[in-house]
Amino acid sequence: MEEVIQDKDLESKEYFINMGPQHPSTHGVLRLVLSLDGEIIRKVEPHLGFIHRSIEKMCEHDVYNQIVHLTDRMDYLSCHINNEAVCLCVEQALQLEIPDRIKVIRTIIGELTRLSSHQLWWGVMGMDLGAITSFLYGFRDREMITDIFEETCGARLTMNYNLPGGLMFDIHPNFQKRTKDFIAHFKKKLPEYDTLLSNNVIFRQRTKGIGYLSKEDAISYGVTGPTARASGFSCDVRKHHPYSGYDKVQFKEILDTEGDCYARYKCRIAEMWESMSIIEQLIDNIPEGPHKVPTKAVIKLPKGEWYQKVETARGEFGVYIISEGQKSPYRLKFRSPGFSNLSALDHMARGCKIADLVAIMSTLDLVIPDIDR
Amino acid sequence: MNWLYDFNYLTRSIHESLAETFEPATVTIVEMALAGLCFMILFALLGLVLVYAERKVSAFFQQRLGPMRVGKWGTAQTLADVIKLLMKEPLINKNADRFLFNLAPYIIMIASFMAMASLPFAKGLQALDFDIGLLYISAVSSLGVIGILLAGWSSDNKYSLIGAMRSGAQIISYELSVGLSLLTIVVLTGSLQLSTIVESQANGWWIFKGHIPAVVAFIIFLIASTAETNRGPFDLAEAESELTAGFHTEYSGLKFAFFFLAEFANMFIVAAIGATVFLGGWMPFHIGGWEGFNNIMDYVPPLFWFFGKVSFLIFMMMWFRWTFPRLRIDQLLTLEWKYLLPVNLMNIVLMAFLSLMGWHF
Repeated sequence: MEEVIQDKDLESKEYFINMGPQHPSTHGVLRLVLSLDGEIIRKVEPHLGFIHRSIEKMCEHDVYNQIVHLTDRMDYLSCHINNEAVCLCVEQALQLEIPDRIKVIRTIIGELTRLSSHQLWWGVMGMDLGAITSFLYGFRDREMITDIFEETCGARLTMNYNLPGGLMFDIHPNFQKRTKDFIAHFKKKLPEYDTLLSNNVIFRQRTKGIGYLSKEDAISYGVTGPTARASGFSCDVRKHHPYSGYDKVQFKEILDTEGDCYARYKCRIAEMWESMSIIEQLIDNIPEGPHKVPTKAVIKLPKGEWYQKVETARGEFGVYIISEGQKSPYRLKFRSPGFSNLSALDHMARGCKIADLVAIMSTLDLVIPDIDR
Repeated sequence: MNWLYDFNYLTRSIHESLAETFEPATVTIVEMALAGLCFMILFALLGLVLVYAERKVSAFFQQRLGPMRVGKWGTAQTLADVIKLLMKEPLINKNADRFLFNLAPYIIMIASFMAMASLPFAKGLQALDFDIGLLYISAVSSLGVIGILLAGWSSDNKYSLIGAMRSGAQIISYELSVGLSLLTIVVLTGSLQLSTIVESQANGWWIFKGHIPAVVAFIIFLIASTAETNRGPFDLAEAESELTAGFHTEYSGLKFAFFFLAEFANMFIVAAIGATVFLGGWMPFHIGGWEGFNNIMDYVPPLFWFFGKVSFLIFMMMWFRWTFPRLRIDQLLTLEWKYLLPVNLMNIVLMAFLSLMGWHF
C-alpha cells in the first residue's frame, strides 16, 4: 500500500495553465501562468512584455509635442486624459497660464472619455461573464461619444486633441448640442444596464464576495481608481488634487467598503452618473476665449523635475519629467494605473475558481498596452 | 390532403406499394433505409435552419442585423459556413489520442440520431414507438456526454479537459432533474409511450390540465434541459471567456461541425420532448368540451402544431442564452442539488397526490 502512495504519478499535483497571451478574456497580450488545483487557483503569475514598445525611452528622444502623441498608445481608452497629463506637466514646467475655455473643454472631453471607457468596460465585463449581449449594448452607446470625438478632432480612438498650451482645434459648432443629446440618450439607457446585468441574480452571484480587496491591501499594492475606491480608499485625484476644471464643478467621489467584484462594478456604474453630471454642469458654461496659448514650436523646459497626476478611467496616471533644459526630457516616467492594479490580482484571485479570475480581471479593467508601455 | 392530418395513410400506402413488388425482408430493409434517409435530411435541415435562426435571434436581441450578405436576408450564410467547414484542414494534436479524438464527434452525433428516432412529429409520423419511449429518449440523450468526455480527454489540452470534466458533472446532475420533471407528467398519463402521452392531451395540454405541479415541472424541465444541452447560461463546457472553447478547442473542420450540429440537434430534441410531454406534441390546442373550437383548431395540420411548439421552446432557450451571464460550476451544481432536485421530488409527491384524488382535469 505504501508503495502505491509513494508512486509519484498517483499524487494529486498542482498543474499549470498558460492563460494568454492569446486568450479571449485577457483582453490583449497579457500572459497569466496559473497554478491550479482542479479548478481552484493557487497562484497567478502575470508575465509582461508582449506589447512593450519602450515608450518611456522613446520619449527621451522626442520633443514634448511628440510625447503627447505617444501617450495615446498606452491606455487607449483614456487617451485624452493621458494627453492631458503630459500637457499639464509641461504647462506646469513652463508656468503657462491656461485660459478657462481650454480647462473646461479639457474637463468635458476628459469626462466623455471616462464615460466611453466605462461603457466599453461594462460591455466587456458582461461578455467575460458569458452575457454577450451587453457587449453590443455598451458599444452602441459608446458609438455616440466616438462620433462626437470624430467630429471634434477627426479621430475616434487615438485622439491627440491636447497640446502643451491648449487644444489642437477649437470645438466643433455641433459639439455642445451633440453632447447634450448624448447625455439625454444615455440617461435613459444607463438604467437598461442595471436591468440587464446589475439586477441579474446570476450576475450578482458571480460577483458578490468574489475577489475581495481590503483597504489596507489596496493601499499597499498601490491600487487606484474605481478598483481602490470600491475598497474604501479615497484616492480620486480629481477631488484631492483638482486639475483643469474640476475645482469648479460639484461631484461626489464614489466610495464603497465592500471591496468585492460587485462593489467595483457598482462604483463604475455610479461614476458614469457622476461624469454625466459633471458634463451637464459645464456644457452650457464654456467660456469664450482662445483655444490655444501660443508656445514656441519646439518647447524647451527649464532644468528641473515635475510631476503631474490625473485621474484616468482606471486610476491615477502620473507623468514625471526630469529636464536638463533640452528640447527632450532627460528622463520621463509614466505611472500607469493598470500596472499597479494588476499587481493585486494574485492576492485577490488565490483560492478562487477560473471563472472568478475572469470576473476579477474584468473588474480590474485592465488595458494591456497601459501595463506594458 | 388527408395525409397531412394523419400520416398513417401515407406510411401505409408506401408500405403496401413496396409489399407488392418486394419480399417482406426487403421491404423492411428498404423502409429502414427510407426512415434513415428522412432523419439525415431532417438533421441537415435542422442544422441549416437553427444556426441561421440562432444568429438572427441573437442579432435582434443585440440590435444588429446578423447575416445579411449571402443570399436574400443572409439565408444562405449557413450553407456557406458548411462549405467553409468542409474545406478546412482537420488538425489533430501531436500527442492526442487519435482514435478517441476521431471517435468523439461521432458518438455525440449517434446519440442525437438515436434520440430523434422516437420523437412523434405528427400523427403516425414516428419511427420508433416504444412503450418505454420517454425512458429510451432520456437514456439515449445522455449518451452524448461520453462523446464530450472523450473529446476533452483525448485532445491533450488542459482547457479541453477542464471543459469535459465540467460537462460531465453538469450533465449527470441535470439528467436527474430532466427525468424527474418528465416523470411528474408520467404520473398523470400512466404511460411512457410517447404516442399515448400525446393522445392523452386530446382534451387539453398537460401544462394546463396538471395544475401548479405541471407548471413547476415545466419550468424545471426548461432550466434542466437548457443545462443538459450545454447552452448558455449553462455553457460551462465551452465557456469561451474562460476555457477558450472548452472541450472542442482542438477540433477543426468537419469534426467541429459535428459538435456544432449536435448542439443544435440536441436543442431540437429537448424542445421536442418538452413540447410532447407538456404542450401536447402534435395535438392541436384543445379545450375539453368545446367541440366547435376544437374542430376549428383541427384544421391546422399536426405537423405545424408540433414545429410551432418546438420553435417556441427553442426561442425560449435562445432568449436565455443571449440574456443571462454564465453560472460558475459550483453554483451550477448548487442550483441542481440544493434547489431543483428537492423541489422536483416534492413536486412529484404533490402530483401523485393530485392524481390519486383525481383533482386534475
